[in-house]
Amino acid sequence: MEKAINNRAWFFVLPVLVFVLFSSLVPLMTVINYSVQDTMGQNNFFFNGIAWFQNLLDPTTDIGGRFAAALVRNLLFSFVVLLIELPLGVGAALCIPRHGWKVGATLVLIALPLLIPYNVVGTIWQIFARADIGLLGYVLTHLGIAYNDTQDPTSAWATILVMDVWHWTGMVALLAYAGLKSIPDAFYQAARIDGAGRWSVFRNIELPKLQKVLVIAVLLRFMGSFMIYTEPSIVTGGGPGESTSFLSLDLVKIALGQVDLGNGAAMSLVYNLITLTICWVFFTVMTQLDRRKDV
Amino acid sequence: MATITLDGIGHAYPSRDPGEARRYALKPVHHVWRQGRAYALLGPSGCGKTTLLNIISGLVTPSDGRLLFDGQDMTHVSTERRNIAQVFQFPVIYDTMTVRENLLFPLRNRGVAKAAAGARVQEIATLLDLVPVLDRRARGLTADAKQKISLGRGLVRSDVSAVLFDEPLTVIDPALKWELRSKLKAVHEALDMLMIYVTHDQVEAMTFADEVVVMNDGRVLQIGTPTELFERPAHAFVGYFIGSPGMNFLPAVLQGDSARVADAVFPLGMRYATRSGTIRLGFRPDYATVTTGGEGVPVAVRRIEDLGRRRLARVALGGHELVATLPPGTTLDGATARLHVTPQHLHVYVDDERIDGDTSGGAA
Amino acid sequence: MSVVLEHVGLRVGNDAVIDDVSLAFERGTMNVLLGPTLSGKTTLMRLMAGLDRPSTGRILVDGEDVAHVPVRRRSVAMVYQQFVNYPSLSVYENIASPLRVAGVGRAEIESRVAEAARVLRLEPFLRRLPAELSGGQQQRTAIARALVKRAALVLLDEPLANLDYKLREELREELPRLFAESGAILVYATTEPSEALLLGGRTATLWQGRVTQEGETPSLYRDPGNVDAARVFSDPPLNELPVVVAGGRARRSDGTPLPEAMIPSLPDGSYRIGFRVEHASVVEQDDVAASQGDVFPGTVSVTEISGSESFVHIDVGFAVWVCLVLGVHDWRPGARAAVSVDRDGIFVFAPDGSRLQPSVVRRLPHAATG
Repeated sequence: MEKAINNRAWFFVLPVLVFVLFSSLVPLMTVINYSVQDTMGQNNFFFNGIAWFQNLLDPTTDIGGRFAAALVRNLLFSFVVLLIELPLGVGAALCIPRHGWKVGATLVLIALPLLIPYNVVGTIWQIFARADIGLLGYVLTHLGIAYNDTQDPTSAWATILVMDVWHWTGMVALLAYAGLKSIPDAFYQAARIDGAGRWSVFRNIELPKLQKVLVIAVLLRFMGSFMIYTEPSIVTGGGPGESTSFLSLDLVKIALGQVDLGNGAAMSLVYNLITLTICWVFFTVMTQLDRRKDV
Repeated sequence: MATITLDGIGHAYPSRDPGEARRYALKPVHHVWRQGRAYALLGPSGCGKTTLLNIISGLVTPSDGRLLFDGQDMTHVSTERRNIAQVFQFPVIYDTMTVRENLLFPLRNRGVAKAAAGARVQEIATLLDLVPVLDRRARGLTADAKQKISLGRGLVRSDVSAVLFDEPLTVIDPALKWELRSKLKAVHEALDMLMIYVTHDQVEAMTFADEVVVMNDGRVLQIGTPTELFERPAHAFVGYFIGSPGMNFLPAVLQGDSARVADAVFPLGMRYATRSGTIRLGFRPDYATVTTGGEGVPVAVRRIEDLGRRRLARVALGGHELVATLPPGTTLDGATARLHVTPQHLHVYVDDERIDGDTSGGAA
Repeated sequence: MSVVLEHVGLRVGNDAVIDDVSLAFERGTMNVLLGPTLSGKTTLMRLMAGLDRPSTGRILVDGEDVAHVPVRRRSVAMVYQQFVNYPSLSVYENIASPLRVAGVGRAEIESRVAEAARVLRLEPFLRRLPAELSGGQQQRTAIARALVKRAALVLLDEPLANLDYKLREELREELPRLFAESGAILVYATTEPSEALLLGGRTATLWQGRVTQEGETPSLYRDPGNVDAARVFSDPPLNELPVVVAGGRARRSDGTPLPEAMIPSLPDGSYRIGFRVEHASVVEQDDVAASQGDVFPGTVSVTEISGSESFVHIDVGFAVWVCLVLGVHDWRPGARAAVSVDRDGIFVFAPDGSRLQPSVVRRLPHAATG
């Protein structure tokens, strides 16, 4: 419905516009600027067209190969993270009590990892996993399990996965819990009267009613895991070798480590585009599915 | 299929301080609900009707008395083992299933053979006019269709003891209500089931039920057919709650076979013994007429309400305002008029309870 | 104060939500907007309040166009169907809120809130929060807030729709009188004809964003100007029958002749007749043969009982008609019964929906037909 238009309303939008301009548009312009130029040093830049992008997207080149490998690593990581965290989070939400003082206590406990700064999480796990003094590493090694996250790629991967699960499953659980709480009691009563078992209640009532919340959880966790940086950079630093070198880590290495501005800029733009595209596809497919089912 | 017996069923919440009497959400009641009949629990919000319904469905365990299904004690049996069906205020459907799957669901859960289940679903869908949408997804349908699915899921099981309705027409568009009412009525006629319907709406209660249980403040005040509730309300609240507008009540003094209100005398046609307590005379606006002349009690005219189908006169008698019918074609000239009520429609209430007079004594 | 709507229209996309509405409201009057859900009542009220701006036409307050006056500068109060109160404020503070915004003095606020609480019987609950109140008390709080504001224009949008039956009946009695002393323009939107009749005053019937008729409430009920107005102002629904008149004989659309002289003599053509429940009565199956007049046999589909009235829905084969019986009468579904139509209650509508006034349709003497 059309509202009466009050022109003064635009004044209130101005600060936001200014903020967005300086926080997003200006840096983005800089990046775009670098991505189409090359330099011979001494601040001499010249226009380079789409050469950086061509290089990047060609897996036979050095940079292209690195990018492709990191991208596959990232996608695999996000996929495994979603595969573990969603069922685990929903499962945890189902176990949270619905009444009494236990509700608050459980929620705080679940939310605790979410409140820890990323670099602290990384540091905790870095020490926790050390084979010499870390509790986890020490215990595993003494149990006869070949574990060393600085030398063995499998150990490194497992450590980062477990850390992410520990860090973020709580968020999925909280979202799912909020979704479960909003299901009216009548549905549970009706299911009991219809003689439905626990699994049937989950399958036919809880899961369908959680659908909207889970779409949001998938989006958030995908973006979070796809852009992961701080924790692996502290725990493994991308190693051993290149085994945990995700796109974000690689990007930092190229742009800041090697001061390769052209490649770095092109890479960050493509990285950004991939994230946006995947999120958009997720969202559209999931909401479309939702709509089609009504017919 | 069953008869449900309320054997002194009541429910009180434990009081906070020990000295205080227990607060009853539902005061103990004895009653038998018979197989194949439709009952309505009627009363304002907070009257205890939902508590009573929850006791029958097993969501609340009563603090007093026993609940019997066909003589068998069910007081402590869980909801799922009571064999009851319930239709809730808001449609409860399984979103991901088709209408047919929704209707099959209770049968599948109980391991009913596929052929028998399919036939039963077809039968119920026919009864509820759901056949054309059987293979559509339940979620996309209108509120009234969804509510019919909820109802259908209750009815597909042939072994249910009772079908409970918790204000099922709340979300239905007013224009479609009568259609669903007639559907409910048809279901009741077609299937030999005990049905219990909770509502705050007198129209719904009286339209649906063979017998209406009127409740207020945790108490069952009267159980009767719609005619009984309208013609002979056993309690002043029933007189007020049933009918629109409700009954008129005037403080009265009993004088043998007549009642005196202020300076006016109403002949009762029956002799009443003198009673202690607050005595009030009650009569329905529908049975009281106001005319310019003729017999009757003189009243002051306050206001005329033209309601299209009928006209009501708001009049005053000795400072008490009351409502009466203005017969078609009558015009009131002046500030006073005559109020006339036939003795058979006058009721005497002592402390809100209706008492009967002695007909033989009245003739003497 | 007076509020005048001049050819007001509102388009959203290609749909006319409000279509050329002209109405005038005088101070101290009760005005009912009667129409089914989505007929444009709420939209019209939003336009009057200044929450939306009309796409065409003008809204004049005391003769001046108010298109550019923002809502908060207008003297308007609104009560909604949902119970809208500030959840974190006590009932007292809820009622006082418009006065605080207006910067009314402390003593004045106290006396005005006390007065509003008294007339709406909210005195025992002033310290409570809205969530601790029953639905009726919550809505009375919202009404009290509108009352203390002493607005010149009070818009009530189905304020009683979400309340219990009996409570609705009582508040309906009180509402018009509460505001009567303030001299405000009261506009009351409802879907229920009985509510409009109880409130009295003037009524405008709305159908699909258009005002189909406007006038004194009771006379509007008795004298609908067109089929849309008649339908909107009938509950239970208007009983209808399309008829074709050829050679002075009226038939149903399937060719079956109607009883002689049931409807007045009309020029050849298609018509629609309508009659309300009070002009339809139930005839027992056994009495059908003996009964005189316009009788249609059928089967009872349901009886709706309100206590004072019973509405018997009878399927007469080509339609379901509703008859009125006074008191409690339970006609069982499936029972054979007939509808007897009272000729004096029949409205005749032309193909364009307009009603043919009784003066136009001349009744023929019985002998002249057939």
